[in-house]
Amino acid sequence: MPISLTNDMMRQIIMDHYANPLNKHQPANPSFTKVHMHSDNCIDDLDIFLHVENGVVTDACFDGVACTISTASTDIMCDLLKGKEIKEAEYIIDQFHHMIHEEPFDNSILEEALVFINTSKQAARVRCATIGWMAADEILKGKK
Amino acid sequence: MSYDVDKIRQQFPMLNSGKKMQGHPLVYLDNCSTTFKPKCVIDAISSYYTDSTANSHRGDYDLLYQMDVEVLNTRKAVARFVNCDVNEVIFTSGTTMSLNQIAFGYGLKKLRKGDEIILSEEEHASNVLPWFNVAKSTGAVIKYVPLTKEGDITEDNLRKVISRKTKVVSLVHVGNVLGNINDVKMMARVAHEFGAIIAIDGAQSVPHLKTDFKAWDIDFLSFSAHKMCGPTGIGCLIGKASLLKEMEPLISGGGNNVDFHMDGTVEYLDPPAKFEAGTLNLSGILGFKKAIEFIESIGVENIHQHDRELIEYALEKLDKCDDIIIYNKYAKNGILTFNRKVVFAQDEATLLNSKGIAVRSGQHCAKILDQYLNCKATVRMSTYLYTNKNDIDVFVDALIEGGDILDAYFTN
Repeated sequence: MPISLTNDMMRQIIMDHYANPLNKHQPANPSFTKVHMHSDNCIDDLDIFLHVENGVVTDACFDGVACTISTASTDIMCDLLKGKEIKEAEYIIDQFHHMIHEEPFDNSILEEALVFINTSKQAARVRCATIGWMAADEILKGKK
Repeated sequence: MSYDVDKIRQQFPMLNSGKKMQGHPLVYLDNCSTTFKPKCVIDAISSYYTDSTANSHRGDYDLLYQMDVEVLNTRKAVARFVNCDVNEVIFTSGTTMSLNQIAFGYGLKKLRKGDEIILSEEEHASNVLPWFNVAKSTGAVIKYVPLTKEGDITEDNLRKVISRKTKVVSLVHVGNVLGNINDVKMMARVAHEFGAIIAIDGAQSVPHLKTDFKAWDIDFLSFSAHKMCGPTGIGCLIGKASLLKEMEPLISGGGNNVDFHMDGTVEYLDPPAKFEAGTLNLSGILGFKKAIEFIESIGVENIHQHDRELIEYALEKLDKCDDIIIYNKYAKNGILTFNRKVVFAQDEATLLNSKGIAVRSGQHCAKILDQYLNCKATVRMSTYLYTNKNDIDVFVDALIEGGDILDAYFTN
């Protein structure tokens, strides 16, 4: 995805993933690893599920109560992580955190997640943008 | 004399320093959470560090003796403000600590298996979680007074849950979500009729309403200084002298005992010292007295009237706003709790933040209220003595203007 996304395109991507989060559902079977996340400054209360097999994230989904930013961000993350090796997935998550915290990051692999580049404008919502990503990171670290 | 809000505002550095949020002049409407401090309070806090630093208790030298006098003066100011005896005033870190002191110092000692504790659906976490622990340890049972559709605790509903097994009734005076004002005198009368004690969470009421500990026959009253223009980290537990004698201290150590021995026997000092182990928050105590005097100079009844007028003004203006759901139209205090249709509360609060308006979203620590409200989260705006009509205009205009919640991220 090119970095030249316009603001309107970015808004549209966030709203699409918020209004219709395809990865927001319970996992297909109990073999997924779950991490529960909540926030002390938002009402976000989410379960993140990853299915990891032979070192590859084969599936990802989430469920729970979440605001616009956390819903869209977690939904986009699920799309990005599916099919990735653990190492690749961890790299993507790291780059996302760098972007959110306004540090230099590799913009070639974040695809739709680039729409959250402005999150630091609303400092209180950084936690919302990263909550799902921290859960996925926790699962992947446990899987190594 | 009419209420001169401009004159009041001049005394608050936070309102006069050109403070901005997200590039807009700050509109502070989160006074349930905490309040700004007038210069006289800030100066009093500062004076402790620049002019009167010393510990309290055992005044062997002048500076320390003077501090003991100042602590007593604040105690007297509190006693005058809520109408109790001076020795019924215990300094705590705030309402949360006060409520924990009641639960663990009185509840844990007095409750037995099968005894009942009465709370309501609108209680703050600080008046629920300590009682969960006490119930677990003692085998006591917690019952909840149902709220009316206006959010009130009525005598009829209290009588539905109270019984001879009830030993503690711990209820809020003004709810921090719905802003309804409960009838404390009635609640105390009913509790006493059944031989129970009544503990009142006054965090949201004492700063806004005339409170009368003696006339209302309250057993315990808790509140915080920082919600009434005072410093953070200081508050009060007011307790009837007879109950303070029976209650165990939650915190023990230096300054709360007469003597102790190797066999474990200890003789505590008389209240309030019994409950004030460790060095007191002395700068906070100096600021607290100034805050009380500041509020008395305006008149707490006038503050209540001012809160009401602002909310009525806001409600009138919001009448045209079809997509705003207001949950407490009946409230007679400075709290307005709402949501925009189909917008998540946090998202609405973020949009308001982007326009310089400070409101709170979430469950406001009243996590068992969501079933009553039938929604997981709400946005709450709350006024105080320095809030003016301009604050309300900016807030209402922002609500009417609405806008895409993503404006908060994409508009410069």
